Amino acid sequence: MKRVVITGAGTINALGQNVPDTLEAMREGRCGIGPLEMRDTDRLAIRIGGQVKGFDPEEVFNRQQIALYDRYTQFTLIAAEEAIRQSGLTFEGELANRSGVVLGTSGGGLTTQDENYRAVYEEGKNRVHPFVVPKLMNNAACSHVSMQYNIKGPSFTVASACASSNHAMGQAFWFVRSGMAPVMVTGGSESMLCFGGIKAWEGLRVMSKDGCRPFSATRNGMVQGEGAGIFVFEEYEHAKARGAEIIAEVAGFAMSSDAADIVMPSKQGAARAISGALADAGLDRERIGYINAHGTGTAANDKTECAAVADVFGTHADELMISSTKSMHGHCIGGTGAVELLSCIMALRDGVIAPTIGYEEPDPECALDCVPNEAREAKVGAALSNAFAFGGLNAVLVLKAA
Amino acid sequence: MNVKDKVVEIIAEQAVLEPSDVKMDHTLEDLGIDSLGLVESIFAIEEAFDISVPFNANDPSESDFDISSVAKIVEGVERLVAEQHA
Repeated sequence: MKRVVITGAGTINALGQNVPDTLEAMREGRCGIGPLEMRDTDRLAIRIGGQVKGFDPEEVFNRQQIALYDRYTQFTLIAAEEAIRQSGLTFEGELANRSGVVLGTSGGGLTTQDENYRAVYEEGKNRVHPFVVPKLMNNAACSHVSMQYNIKGPSFTVASACASSNHAMGQAFWFVRSGMAPVMVTGGSESMLCFGGIKAWEGLRVMSKDGCRPFSATRNGMVQGEGAGIFVFEEYEHAKARGAEIIAEVAGFAMSSDAADIVMPSKQGAARAISGALADAGLDRERIGYINAHGTGTAANDKTECAAVADVFGTHADELMISSTKSMHGHCIGGTGAVELLSCIMALRDGVIAPTIGYEEPDPECALDCVPNEAREAKVGAALSNAFAFGGLNAVLVLKAA
Repeated sequence: MNVKDKVVEIIAEQAVLEPSDVKMDHTLEDLGIDSLGLVESIFAIEEAFDISVPFNANDPSESDFDISSVAKIVEGVERLVAEQHA
């Protein structure tokens, strides 16, 4: 089996439009959640979100590109550019033929669907722009990365709601570890902050009207975010041979299905994914110093997740740190695991643990060290990133320091 | 703006050219407009003139709409505008 390392990282999210800005915001415990800026907010019950603001696609893309790129694809390409540039890779010849792109998304081009349903249903128009299908499809972002960078190997999109990007990165990890691909571009993207997207989430009544406060007794629901995280996963010897900077090592991955309920999480399902990932990485549980929690800020997720962590880690659960950066960037759904992997990288590489902000009051059912409100310096050798999706699909990654 | 000028404007925008650079005997290929650009131009024409263009992207040569030159497209649009707004 090959070793797999990360040699490039990129992002755009409510905290920043690149990795350094995002990590700085996480270090400072800055909140990217604020009033939603979109049409018809007066008809919304939920009016906050982790929206990417101050972003003008016309500064980055030309008119022809914008005609083809939904917002989620735009996010993907911006993050991919940063990641691939950092990796220093150029995809040509055999490397191009064997490398691939596996990305996660839940809603794909939901903004495009929303705008065009509005045009035909509300405005009564009888035709839509010819690119609606190539814009809205869930693999559009993956295909554009492949086209833009000449990456011609195994490429596809994974959809498992809030675990999409963790599932995607798990596949990419396997492709590189098995020797099938020398390099995989992976991660995920989401842009559901459109009127219809918010309305759909409002329907479930799990959204907070005032903020995301994971693990706090005062938490009252999740807050949606948007954005992308993209990484370059590379075979260790390949990276070493070309003198690439290694950001972190991807050490293990596991997934499980609760096979129980379409929305309620299961402690057993989450625990099986966590312990499976540790076993896959061949790491004793005591080696894990930090967990980036799924930590949505709903009553059900946070207590179930804490119970699962306590089950798997035993007494070590009281030693490790577990934080939810969703408190800062919101829940980026199919892209969230990828954005959150950045906090694991910051812990391993920079020795800084991102906080759970908005923390007000301890909840006895979430009695772990969630790094409340302020970032902390700590030396961490290995970290976990949890994602537990609606539908009971769980995916956990293990990272080790380079 | 007459039909010809508007059609030329749409084609020029698609080709990223000035309208004055678009000649009536140009083919879409001459102007660098590919199949996706063609479909987008047809859509823009339909929107601009509020007409329906009988164009099938599967086999453009089998359509009742001649796209072999800018002049033919203008002629076709003029005919459709006359028919559909009669």
